[in-house]
Amino acid sequence: MATPVLAVLVTMVAGGILFAFLGKPPIEAIRVIFWDPLFSEFAFYYRPQLLVKGAPLVLIAIGLSLGFRAGIWNIGAEGQYIIGALSGAGVALAFYPLDAWWIFPLMVLGGALGGFLWAMIPALLKVKFGTNEILVSLMLVYVAEKILASMSLGLLKNPEGYGFPGSRNLQQYPSAHNAEIFTGSGMHWGVAAALIAVIFAYILLNRHMLGFQIRLTGEAPRAARFAGVSPARLVLFCLGTAGALAGMAGMFEVSGPSGQVSIDFNVGYGFTAIIVAFLGRLHPIGILLAGALMALTYIGGEIAQSKLGMPSAAIQVFQGMLLFFLLALDMLTHFRLRLAAKGVA
Amino acid sequence: MKLMKLLATAAMALGLATTAMAEGHGEKTKVGFVYVGPVGDGGWTYEHNQGRLAVEEHFGDKVETVFVESVPEGPDAERVMTQMALEGADLIFTTSFGYMDPTINVAAKFPEVKFEHATGYKTAPNVSTYSARFYEGRAVQGHIAGHMTKSNIVGYIGSYPIPEVIRGINSAYIHAKKVNPDVEFKIIWAFTWFDPAKEADAAKTLIEQGADVILQHTDSTAPQAAAQAAGNVITFGQASDMAEYAPMPRVSSIIDNWAPYYITRTQAVMDGTWETKMTWDGIGPGMVGIGEITNAVPADVKEEALALKAALADGSYHPFTGPLKKQDGSDWLAEGETADDGTLAGMNFLVEGIEGTIPE
Repeated sequence: MATPVLAVLVTMVAGGILFAFLGKPPIEAIRVIFWDPLFSEFAFYYRPQLLVKGAPLVLIAIGLSLGFRAGIWNIGAEGQYIIGALSGAGVALAFYPLDAWWIFPLMVLGGALGGFLWAMIPALLKVKFGTNEILVSLMLVYVAEKILASMSLGLLKNPEGYGFPGSRNLQQYPSAHNAEIFTGSGMHWGVAAALIAVIFAYILLNRHMLGFQIRLTGEAPRAARFAGVSPARLVLFCLGTAGALAGMAGMFEVSGPSGQVSIDFNVGYGFTAIIVAFLGRLHPIGILLAGALMALTYIGGEIAQSKLGMPSAAIQVFQGMLLFFLLALDMLTHFRLRLAAKGVA
Repeated sequence: MKLMKLLATAAMALGLATTAMAEGHGEKTKVGFVYVGPVGDGGWTYEHNQGRLAVEEHFGDKVETVFVESVPEGPDAERVMTQMALEGADLIFTTSFGYMDPTINVAAKFPEVKFEHATGYKTAPNVSTYSARFYEGRAVQGHIAGHMTKSNIVGYIGSYPIPEVIRGINSAYIHAKKVNPDVEFKIIWAFTWFDPAKEADAAKTLIEQGADVILQHTDSTAPQAAAQAAGNVITFGQASDMAEYAPMPRVSSIIDNWAPYYITRTQAVMDGTWETKMTWDGIGPGMVGIGEITNAVPADVKEEALALKAALADGSYHPFTGPLKKQDGSDWLAEGETADDGTLAGMNFLVEGIEGTIPE
């Protein structure tokens, strides 16, 4: 449990050295990244933003972690996120401008279903034909991106947008708007869903037979088979759940903070969530904390850019270091380094 | 009770925001820039950053500029803008089309801060738009390309099928066709503004298809490098001069020069004379420049190109002058008629003769 904390500290030191080499004040830079979003003069704005940025990461990472624990590698959450957003927005735009309370819940279902179905492609291919789910799910991200571009330019294009790509802005369609539950809190329905997902995942893994089977499959696949775990069912469940959660994350994003389907709608949450899942040790509470930390480095990183003129690449390197040091420290905890003596026969 | 607390918090937030702004007005004018690519892209964002540096140089101690680069279009952009406004920016330039709705959203929350959005069409009492008539440069480019191509195939790397890009393709094609009736355009849509790997792939594909001229509407120098590697292929600098690839493959360039505009608008904020405007300037006012035409271009072609540039600058010639038909063969402009800005701003069709389609 201590290694993630240690990894953060080592990242701070190494990051500080990096920033110093770039001619930026290292202590101040670290303070801006980790302290300013939470406690500076304008924290009243940044704190809610942490929720906005962290929620999709947590929601997706929770889904991914189930599969990762069982050795089922869904790398295509970004694609499931896109398809979920398109399905959710599609539901909303199909009813535009109807005013009804049931539109938003229907969008949530649509988003989850879209992500679920997209994840079923690698799942069914794996179960039926033994294809590699890593490759299939990853390749489907690029397919999803093409569909997204096509939708922004065609079917979902705003008819009042002067020919420019992008759908209507759902923020201006009250029945479909994923608005903040309390104004100014940043707490939209996606944040609520992320918290619920954390609780459910925790119960599932600790109190439920299925959770036990997931953990068993990851730790001892042969033993799991002897214990009567059906690998196919597990693949379908893990990929399906991850897809549905990623799809919901996309739907909450498109109807809330983003507001519209556009060619560049996806900004990499599906990939960053993989880092979050591992940073959080594939544990629901850990993922919650890791998502918050990741959101913090994003928002703090932006403040550092504009306040200190830090290049954006430096911030990305900094985020990369975080995962690198975590993995490196894991390695050192589990294995002991020994200088090998030259073999004398 | 709860409502009171909420109101109090809101009032406090507002108070903080306004004091921050008052501080900003005190001595230095603070100008923020939001970039879609890295400042080292060598193209679009690079030129906006040159504009920012020009503002710093021009005003010296009277301004402070800040920027954030590689900001994704969407909620992240909204947060970056809000953060700049909170930290006391008086004027914020948002330099990509996809920042349009975020700019409008943030501007509504900070009525005292002025916003300038590049290439969009939505304005507000504190939001202006500005854009360059890049298609004027495309006319000169098309003219040279039409003369220079031996295979009669011109490759075109499109970014996104938005009016800005479609105008460029049409303008280049019309003027290439004028000097070379056999010319043919091949278009690849890259769906990115900046992705060196994708841009290089697109350039290579076009070259393999026989193109010996590569035009690009993407921001990196990767297509230039691909053309250089291929040999007898010419290119043009995009948004920036890209002079490091002269005299071959880069034979000329279209340059965005934002510096004068940025300086004028910053001055307006300082003087308190800033007003909402929709600026769309071309070669004449100097917002669009044509980079040096190298010796790889024959002297007579160069001379004609410069004459065309002069005619565009003084307004005696419009790049979209009839007779012109749309791709589907329907009439667009009659003999001598010129396109109006409204049609140009929302251009969503290709002109007759271009093969390929606008993706949907």
